[in-house]
Amino acid sequence: MSTIAPTAELPATAAQSGAEVLLRALKDQGVEVIFGYPGGAVLPIYDAIFQQNAIRHVLVRHEQAAVHAAEGYARSTGRVGCVLVTSGPGATNAVTGLVDALMDSIPIVCLTGQVPTHLIGNDAFQEADTTGITRPATKHNYLVKRAEDLARVVHEAFYVARTGRPGPVVIDLPKDILIGKAPYVSPAATPHRSYRPQTEPDSAQIGRAIALLKGAKRPVIYTGGGVINAGDAASAALRRFVRMTGFPCTSTLMGLGAYPSNDPQFLGMLGMHGTYEANMVMHGCDVMLNVGARFDDRVTGKLSLFSPGSKKIHIDIDPSSINKNVPVEVPIIGDAARALEALIAAWEADSAKPERTALAEWWRQIDTWRAKDSLRYRQSMDNGAVIKPQYAIQRLYEITRELGRETFISTEVGQHQMWAAQFFRFDEPNRWMTSGGLGTMGYGLPAAMGVQIAHPDALCIDIAGEASILMNIQEMSTLAQYRLPVKVFILNNQYMGMVRQWQELLHGGRYSESYSEALPDFVKLAESFHAEGMRATSVDDLDGVIRAMLASPKAVIADIFVDQKENCFPMIPSGAGHNDMILGPEHEGGATGVSDDGLALV
Amino acid sequence: MTAADPTYTSATISVLVDNEAGVLARVIGLFSGRGYNIDSLTVAPVDDSGQRSRINVVTSGTQMVIEQIKAQLDRLVPVHRVSDLTQLGPHIAREMALIKVIATTADKRAEALRLSDAFRARVIDATVESFVFEMTGSTAKLDAFVELMRPLGLAEVSRTGVAAMARGTRVI
Repeated sequence: MSTIAPTAELPATAAQSGAEVLLRALKDQGVEVIFGYPGGAVLPIYDAIFQQNAIRHVLVRHEQAAVHAAEGYARSTGRVGCVLVTSGPGATNAVTGLVDALMDSIPIVCLTGQVPTHLIGNDAFQEADTTGITRPATKHNYLVKRAEDLARVVHEAFYVARTGRPGPVVIDLPKDILIGKAPYVSPAATPHRSYRPQTEPDSAQIGRAIALLKGAKRPVIYTGGGVINAGDAASAALRRFVRMTGFPCTSTLMGLGAYPSNDPQFLGMLGMHGTYEANMVMHGCDVMLNVGARFDDRVTGKLSLFSPGSKKIHIDIDPSSINKNVPVEVPIIGDAARALEALIAAWEADSAKPERTALAEWWRQIDTWRAKDSLRYRQSMDNGAVIKPQYAIQRLYEITRELGRETFISTEVGQHQMWAAQFFRFDEPNRWMTSGGLGTMGYGLPAAMGVQIAHPDALCIDIAGEASILMNIQEMSTLAQYRLPVKVFILNNQYMGMVRQWQELLHGGRYSESYSEALPDFVKLAESFHAEGMRATSVDDLDGVIRAMLASPKAVIADIFVDQKENCFPMIPSGAGHNDMILGPEHEGGATGVSDDGLALV
Repeated sequence: MTAADPTYTSATISVLVDNEAGVLARVIGLFSGRGYNIDSLTVAPVDDSGQRSRINVVTSGTQMVIEQIKAQLDRLVPVHRVSDLTQLGPHIAREMALIKVIATTADKRAEALRLSDAFRARVIDATVESFVFEMTGSTAKLDAFVELMRPLGLAEVSRTGVAAMARGTRVI
């Protein structure tokens, strides 16, 4: 037996390098997959990854795509997505993805390499002020300057990313911290010293909400991405509450799937390209219950015209979302699931009778709005007829439904995204990945990749436009490397369609720089990336191409030629209210167009 | 509501934060990124161990904007507490200024000294051509003294910004 006491400087855990401690902390946080790209500053981490099997690394082809892939992974599983990039350009390339995750409240932990601590501030090779650059791009960020902080910071980063309103967190890791020895500590059992988001709703506010809801004659439940973020319990509680109240329910782009789209009480998406009935209900309601949505400008239209006659209840876990754009009568701060469960209990316990007669009258009114069939379009079935983009998505939806496979949809940004939201119907949460707040073209392909990694047996489809898809097309190579059978369904109208639509409606049809000139041959492009390429040029080809795409065991790019002139309707023009929609060419009348004020809005 | 109640008010907000690298940048970035006004901002460690700092910020905006500022500050991870002193009741807000006056004529020098006496400013540096006054008080009082010094040869002003706390037994 040795008589030499162990020295205090060398506890048993200090035998590990910073990189090893980092991986151990990630493992303890339940990380199974990291999306990343190596570089000089993170070589010690890659060396540690090489020597273990617990965590899988997926090599992307661009750091922006790593973050979007982690977003797809996170949003489809409800877990925290993990990203690893190098210093300098690795970190700056990740910034778009970080802001995307910030705007859509997606939990991400992004590890960035950094030059050694003694070189920070010296304009060293591949140095960037990553914490400075990402401060407004993240929920929180850290620069680890002492080895003893490393494990604690990693645990804290995961806590911050997933609790409260979720979001991206950056940990900047200088190379000397990764190489040197570092002690390991387990996740703290004590609450965070300052960050403790409120999850339990205030019961007095719940009571006030129930009083308003019981007396409502023209109610609406308006749900958002917060319901998805609050997990399956929130979606289940929402379904119960909507059904027990008999109220109509609409959803933002980010909230689709929380309430089943095919249910008769669902009005469809609301907002700029929402259905006529959803927007008219929002405009005409007397009590509005907002669950986990943030009164975004795509949803409200002109604020002074937004739902002028209603009393509003707003459930949000982020107190800064309350009264930011729209003042509300009853704010409820808390987790959406907990708040909805409290509402259900209070609704049942309350003896007041709801306004059944008035509600029946409200539904009769809603039915007349529904009868407008505002998403109507006309598809010619003649031989060689041009494919309408709406029809392409409708058929994609119907055929995937026939197959009955678990299906996840991601999108890029633009017209195809809105048509996907309108025509692909979701019955479950976490099946729909789209870039809502930031509107990031190039999001869909890497997001679908992340979803496919998380759900290897599921059908993962990126509904894309021919312009957006080119923004992260390099990820076709990642699909090939990991044999990910992602399907890319391109609605190819040879225009940046939403830009073209706005130029047509707002700028006198001057299509400045919105034509997709010199497009690649997407079939050959797919083949060059070891995937399958397919093309549909007329309505005769469409079903066959969709079926072949879905049957293929490989990654597929399906290039669907669609009507170049088709616009996305209904549309609330900028600067207009919800009751002032432009309807499609199938409808008579409609709104007046865009005001001068509206022209300045985006 | 911004449209319904467009009156601008001033608010003095105290924020208790972890004294960590970048925390001031987070607060300043929040104000600049979201287009809020900063009329005054001070920061210094306030506990024995130097682990916590207190930021006092004087801002202005509509009531809705001020509520937003507080909510946005409160959700920053290293923020422990946000306290709106203006809203919570009577409070004291003081700042300190160093004011340099260059005056060579006897009457201007005498007048500057007489006024400084009336305002209870202290002379902390003097030459045959100049004075530096040190003065503590409310922002309005400092403004008034600076204006009075202008015709007497005001040359330079250095102010600390506002330190504030609630009156009575209430603490942040």
